[in-house]
Amino acid sequence: MGISTVSIPWAIWTILLPLAGSLLCFLLPRRAALLGQAAAFSIVVPVAGLGWQVATHGIQRYAVGGWGAPLGIDLYADGLSSLMLIMTALVGLGISLYASAYFERRKAQFFWPLWLFLWAVLNALFLSGDIFNLYVTLELLGLAAVALVALAGGADALTGAMRYLLVSLLGSLCYLLGVALLYHAFGTLDIISLGRLMMPMPAVWTAMGLMTAGLLLKTALFPLHFWLPPAHASAPAPVSAILSALVVKASFYLLLRLWLDLFPEPGAAPRLLLGVLGAGAILWGSLQALRQKRLKLLVAYSTVAQLGYLFLAFPLLISAAWNAVVYFVLSHALAKSAMFLAVGNILYFGGHDRIDELDRIVQRLPLTMTAFAIAGISIIGLPPSGGFVAKWLLLEAAFSSGQWGWVLVVISGSLLAAAYVFKVIGFAFTQAKVLHETRAVPTIMEWTALGLALAALALGLMAPLPLELMDIGAPWVTLIGEELP
Amino acid sequence: MTPFTLYALTGIGLFVLGLYSLIVQAHLIRKVIALNIMGSGVFLVLVGLGGPTSNTMPDPVPQAMVLTGIVVAIAATALALTLILRIQAETGRTDLAEHSSQH
Repeated sequence: MGISTVSIPWAIWTILLPLAGSLLCFLLPRRAALLGQAAAFSIVVPVAGLGWQVATHGIQRYAVGGWGAPLGIDLYADGLSSLMLIMTALVGLGISLYASAYFERRKAQFFWPLWLFLWAVLNALFLSGDIFNLYVTLELLGLAAVALVALAGGADALTGAMRYLLVSLLGSLCYLLGVALLYHAFGTLDIISLGRLMMPMPAVWTAMGLMTAGLLLKTALFPLHFWLPPAHASAPAPVSAILSALVVKASFYLLLRLWLDLFPEPGAAPRLLLGVLGAGAILWGSLQALRQKRLKLLVAYSTVAQLGYLFLAFPLLISAAWNAVVYFVLSHALAKSAMFLAVGNILYFGGHDRIDELDRIVQRLPLTMTAFAIAGISIIGLPPSGGFVAKWLLLEAAFSSGQWGWVLVVISGSLLAAAYVFKVIGFAFTQAKVLHETRAVPTIMEWTALGLALAALALGLMAPLPLELMDIGAPWVTLIGEELP
Repeated sequence: MTPFTLYALTGIGLFVLGLYSLIVQAHLIRKVIALNIMGSGVFLVLVGLGGPTSNTMPDPVPQAMVLTGIVVAIAATALALTLILRIQAETGRTDLAEHSSQH
């Protein structure tokens, strides 16, 4: 196995630092906020280090503790996984700064250990090279996310968390049964080796069906999205941002890995099915978002819709479509976290999130509303945002593969998104009939929302960088005929 | 058919049975039990498929996977039961009916 010439195992540190931070926050609850932020800032170093290693030396493989597969744990980093780590670090940093002001001490002592643990698990998931470790990280991710949702307390959050937990466990069990079948058929868990051995046979189709169904449930693809809006909308603002921006992306990332590395030729019908469900998600999610009276639910349904775009690449079958989808993941992570944090500010300010009572929020929270509007630009897909680049790439892929139907879906999705974003902005200018008591929003909370929104915008201006990075060792590149080093 | 194939088939049976109960039962503790039964089913499949045949030793990897899986399942069950207690204290109910997702 090709251990790289660069000696520092940055990959390990991207997992160890948040894990250590999480334990420290748990042991020293009084200093949790301070320790948590220190951990959040320190994670940037190994993530940048790993990104640099991958960019300059290509794929990185690391056998933890010197034990290789099959009994040891192998970490595996290519362009896609390092891009996911960078995305997590950016969004995570914003959320950590926001959370330092958002939570009072009693909540903070629970939030920080859970959040840093979730961060460690996310990084481990993005770096896992075998399907069983992916199961373990997926399950731990679900547990941490459920506990974070329950943090809000109250009946809504608790039932939302419970429903989320049941769905999450069901999804992971389906995935695990698929793992069992694949291991029996091929005797290995390593994704790359499995990909080489893979051949069409009943056990493989069954495993693929089970794993895909489990992951679709966790990614909340329409019509399996029923659990997402209540869970995401009832959680505290930073948690909603974590769930929408990062957690659902993790199961989608896994799905992408499976379909690209393991099942490269699953035939047209399942691909088309995923595309059609994606189109359904875009239309249904956007329409539901438009109907909502509460701002947080609107943003949550917008997530349902945006997740749909990720599945449009499956029927297109060309590498440009995969580039588009990864770009979607990145820009949605930044824009949606900004949006949820902005909504968190509005909720903090006025004590409610009813859209028709927003009451001149533009004048009273100008930074927050700017953040919401800029994030909205990326969600709609207007230039020069990251969302625009993603949609542009997707449209280009649809044109060049001659599948015009998807173009219509993308365009109507954008129009509907524009409608629900402008609905909110419209009410933000008008005076409401009911007046609410207000309290000042900490400056840092306003600026972090704006910072993330601006990052989503900047993603549209520096497109070549992430596009180049994601192609390193990417399965869609090797599909065309390049061999792995 | 070796006994190990039988284990694997029983495991699939348990998985389906658990899935059925998970959907049909409303009481949350029953749902958690259903998930545990599904989990046991998967573990049985793992061990059954990795069992010894006439000319090979049993494979240790599935057993390591099952051990890890059991730990994860216990953690998940503990979290689920805690949540159920909190839900019962907060709402007096032990199911998820009513307002749910706002379709």
